[in-house]
Amino acid sequence: MAVGLTLIFGVMRVVNFAHGDMMVWGMYLAFVLATRAGLDPYLAFPVCAVALFALGVVVQRGLVDPIIEAPHEMQILLMLGVALVLENTALLIFGPEPARVRSPLARLAWEVGPLYVDVARLVTFAVAVVLTLALSLFLYRTDLGRLIRASADNHYGALVIGADVRRIYATAFGIGAACVGAAGALVSPILPFQPPTGLSLSVTSFNIVIIGGMGSLVGAFIGGLLVSVAESLGAVFLRPSLKELFSFSLLIVILLFRPAGLFGKRTP
Amino acid sequence: MLRLEGVEAGYGDVVAVRSVSLEVRAGEIVALIGSNGAGKTTTLRAIAGLLPLRRGSVELEGRRLNGLGSAAVVRAGVAHVPEGRQLFPTMTVGENLELGARTAEGRAYRPQTLARVFDLFPRLAERRAQLAGTLSGGEQQMVAIGRALMARPRLLMLDEPSLGLAPVVVGSIFANLAAINRDGLTILLVEQNVLRALKCSHRAYVLENGTITLSGASATLLADERIKRAYLGR
Ligand SMILES: Nc1ncnc2c1ncn2[C@@H]1O[C@H](COP(=O)(O)OP(=O)(O)OP(=O)(O)O)[C@@H](O)[C@H]1O
Ligand SMILES: [Mg+2]
Repeated sequence: MAVGLTLIFGVMRVVNFAHGDMMVWGMYLAFVLATRAGLDPYLAFPVCAVALFALGVVVQRGLVDPIIEAPHEMQILLMLGVALVLENTALLIFGPEPARVRSPLARLAWEVGPLYVDVARLVTFAVAVVLTLALSLFLYRTDLGRLIRASADNHYGALVIGADVRRIYATAFGIGAACVGAAGALVSPILPFQPPTGLSLSVTSFNIVIIGGMGSLVGAFIGGLLVSVAESLGAVFLRPSLKELFSFSLLIVILLFRPAGLFGKRTP
Repeated sequence: MLRLEGVEAGYGDVVAVRSVSLEVRAGEIVALIGSNGAGKTTTLRAIAGLLPLRRGSVELEGRRLNGLGSAAVVRAGVAHVPEGRQLFPTMTVGENLELGARTAEGRAYRPQTLARVFDLFPRLAERRAQLAGTLSGGEQQMVAIGRALMARPRLLMLDEPSLGLAPVVVGSIFANLAAINRDGLTILLVEQNVLRALKCSHRAYVLENGTITLSGASATLLADERIKRAYLGR
């Protein structure tokens, strides 16, 4: 999820507050696919990714594109607006009750020596690793990926070399949204959700991205690990409701020592 | 090869160039000189499709370029080394160069062109894996030129390649431009370093306050009293 956010921010410097809500849409989509079509979320996540890719491209083309040159604040407002629309549409369609997708996998646990390994979380983790690797390969080894990084690095420079910057942005936004869609489907059996969940997901993923360093994929991945470990420890040693205290303390400590985040590059 | 007819362009209320007409013939090096704010950069940006024309036309080999957008202009064969170089600072020298190959021909001949660029600028071969943002100014200028060459253009436009560089480095860059021109590439060169520009070009145009005030063979202009007084400090 944070990987998707990193991509969008890194490329377009658009702060996407609709991120969490897009993820919730991924979750509801998995929910619908599971209840109506009997499709397990662990199989359905590519479908959610594709659907969210389309949503991402539409949002980018229709809404972000016209104001891409506008100052940051405008974009933040726009994305907050998109977030509200997405959240309330979900509320209208699915109602306020928490939902949860059932999957036989989610109840499975393997006993490894003294430990219980939760199969669902293991699968989620594995997919996250594969996705991060695939995305890195794409960004560093393919022409389109390099163009995405180049546009992120220097928008005007990308125009100078004759890149179709609008198409590149739409692709990047779509891929970012696709990551979120996949993530939403994958956590839907683990995490109960309702329309307002989006906001807390957005906040968490910002936390992750800032810890990892803006615009760094590896940073987003490591940041995600750190935040979830911090929150689990917080939930065990304090109270579950205080778990965010741990991750935000972590954020503050890391920013004190590395203002650009763990893997962030200082922008000159 | 390139023909501008009554070009007008600007920003908001500012009209930066008005009724500029000029021509670059195949195989030439043409210099466009003028003082600060004369409209040189604006002219190049208008040709490159980075700034819309308000009036007039830009044609490359009889084909209209204006209104097509920068991607199409690059595809038509015009590569641009912009003011301030505009590299991709957090990407390597190699990646910066390869990104320049945005045309069909550029992609097809990528390895050969890259070899030629390294041949012209051996420094870049050494620094291939270095991030472009960490290079010296002269090296960055070499990357900007190399990146434009990677498109295998028919016309190369350069905006003040000598800006901020030591005289030795400027000398070697101009020597390389001459070599590139001998390879058969047509060049439109914007410069404030008027002496250098006139010495290395075949013809030149003088731009003042957004209009062409003087033009002719570079050797003639070099001896012209007005040029001597205004630009050469003699
Ligand atoms: N982005 C902009 N917005 C508004 N006015 C601009 C902009 N860029 C340039 N101008 C104005 O247009 C005029 C021509 O500028 P231009 O950059 O083309 O000059 P130049 O000949 O390249 O000068 P220099 O040698 O200093 O680079 C100037 O008066 C400048 O103030
Ligand atoms: Mg200029």
